[in-house]
Amino acid sequence: MLAFKLAFKNLMGAGLRTWLNVSVLSFAFIIIIFYNGLIDGWNRQSRIDIQAWETGEGQFWHPEYDRYDPYTIKDSHSPMSEEIQSEIAKKNLVPELLAQATAFPQGRLQGVILRGIDPDQTLLKLPTATLTKSYDDTDYAIIGKRMAESAKIGIGDRLLIRWRDKNGTFDAREIEIASVFKCDVPTVDKGQIYLRLEVLQKMMGMGNEATLLVTGKEFVNKDLNGWEFKDQGFLLADMDKIIQTKKAGGTIIEGLLLIIALIAIFDTQVLSIFRRQKEIGTYIALGMTRSQVVGIFTVEGGAHSILAALLGAVYGIPLFMLINKVGISMGYAQGVNTDLPIGEAIYPYYSLQLIIITIILVFISTTIVSYLPARKISKMKPTDALKGKLQ
Amino acid sequence: MKKIIILIVSAVFLMSFADPDANVILDKVDKNMSSKNRVFESEMIIHGRRTSRTITSISYSAGNKQSFTEYLSPPREQGTKMLKLENQLWIYSPSTDRIIQISGHMLRQSVMGSDLSYEDMMDDRKLTEIYSATITGNETIDSRNTFVLELIAKVDDAAYHSQKIWVDAERYVPLKQEMFAKSGQLLKRTTLTDVKQVQGRWFPMNMVYKDVLKEGSGTEFRMTSVKFDQEIPDYIFTKAALKQ
Repeated sequence: MLAFKLAFKNLMGAGLRTWLNVSVLSFAFIIIIFYNGLIDGWNRQSRIDIQAWETGEGQFWHPEYDRYDPYTIKDSHSPMSEEIQSEIAKKNLVPELLAQATAFPQGRLQGVILRGIDPDQTLLKLPTATLTKSYDDTDYAIIGKRMAESAKIGIGDRLLIRWRDKNGTFDAREIEIASVFKCDVPTVDKGQIYLRLEVLQKMMGMGNEATLLVTGKEFVNKDLNGWEFKDQGFLLADMDKIIQTKKAGGTIIEGLLLIIALIAIFDTQVLSIFRRQKEIGTYIALGMTRSQVVGIFTVEGGAHSILAALLGAVYGIPLFMLINKVGISMGYAQGVNTDLPIGEAIYPYYSLQLIIITIILVFISTTIVSYLPARKISKMKPTDALKGKLQ
Repeated sequence: MKKIIILIVSAVFLMSFADPDANVILDKVDKNMSSKNRVFESEMIIHGRRTSRTITSISYSAGNKQSFTEYLSPPREQGTKMLKLENQLWIYSPSTDRIIQISGHMLRQSVMGSDLSYEDMMDDRKLTEIYSATITGNETIDSRNTFVLELIAKVDDAAYHSQKIWVDAERYVPLKQEMFAKSGQLLKRTTLTDVKQVQGRWFPMNMVYKDVLKEGSGTEFRMTSVKFDQEIPDYIFTKAALKQ
């Protein structure tokens, strides 16, 4: 306790020097928490969006289907059993049939994926209800904003599409865009055209067939014969890898900032021990052991991190609250041709775990750099120290 | 007896002026257009919105399962090679020194910006193997009398469900071809001209392909030389030949 009292008294006594060190360290604190919070917030938002728009609680895939291999789409379809039909009726599963096609917006040629989906589904956020606009001869479709922009089409526009049926025979017809949805998951949107499942089944000559089945929360996980279950870990693996890469990249910046702060503290400690030799001699003369004196100086250095955490909290908490209210605008990133799910704004997420880990990391590293110069005290001769002789 | 002889003679006389069977016509077309193998040099003129560009190439093909094409000019495309074996297609690009397989979406992309897609190049079976023909009329194209045939696919895996084909009534070479989707939508139109006799068969040396769903003036395909039934070494139709 005495060590803490002395440490804080000395730190306050050092005045501006202490506050400069604490300011730099608090800045490192804030940056580490903010950057990780930003990545965690992006991760959280993206996962929620991907689940809501695309993956649900997991998916059953046709064994031939591989989302990275367009070769597989042609052969990835099989009939849905009665068991699957009953789960679909209970709204626990949403079947999707995939087919490759070519769209001809304004005479241009554009490769697209046709996705047949149950218009009555409510499991995914896709506005599929608009596909049931009418049961006349018109084939309605829904597309995402990115697709609408790339094809330069909008609601009510007609789009000619050409595809090959299950036998490889060309077919073509016009579809009408019933609605354009806005979605932050590019893979749901870019180059995708959603049609009524039964319409696509008819177009392809694949009655009652599907490529994948999206599961809902109520679905009791079980094996479906002839289908392979892909869990969230598998479906979101890409996102996890991106997050890991981003975090690793951020660690370099955070590490540099922390090193700058730690060098300043190390420097301060070296200077303190050099200039305060009389004080060290006095402590020993008063009966303190060398390790106790080393402890006082180490605590003094380590206390920078406590003050930095407090100072960081003073300006960091209001700053974080403000950022969480307005978000970090990512509008520019949405225009970039990427498959990463990025919302218009990212709202950082600061978990208790993140804050505690950051405090522990900064505290331990500060204590270590404070201890290293303080070790010299144990080699000092108390009489020389009392006299203030340079050692 | 006299009446019977007159009847028989009249029938024979009328039959000689009647249109021949449509499938026989189609068979004669196949005999002109298909061969055991062929080697040809060609110019592909791609008409863009503003400019046109010409790509020259030499192609070797054996039946309808194997073909190998090497692009000779312009410098940008020179050395690019394309190999088709059965229903697989590979492209070698000298700039990257890599062989890539064309599949899925990419098969639907156009070949070097032309009106031909890679999958168009994949399907070249004989017409008689795929279609049943009926004669729907006679028309004149460039002062040549033609039979107008309607072809309906008799196999499940035909690329085009139906076609309309104008066949030169004397030479049995198609002069115009229209390909339709199952829905009846016209998809492609081909015009064939400059018919020449090569090794005893009539063959159109100039073809214009037009993807009617796509904007543009189409793609012209001019044969500068064509040789049928040649000795083509087997190694030509291997992936190893792409990098040579």
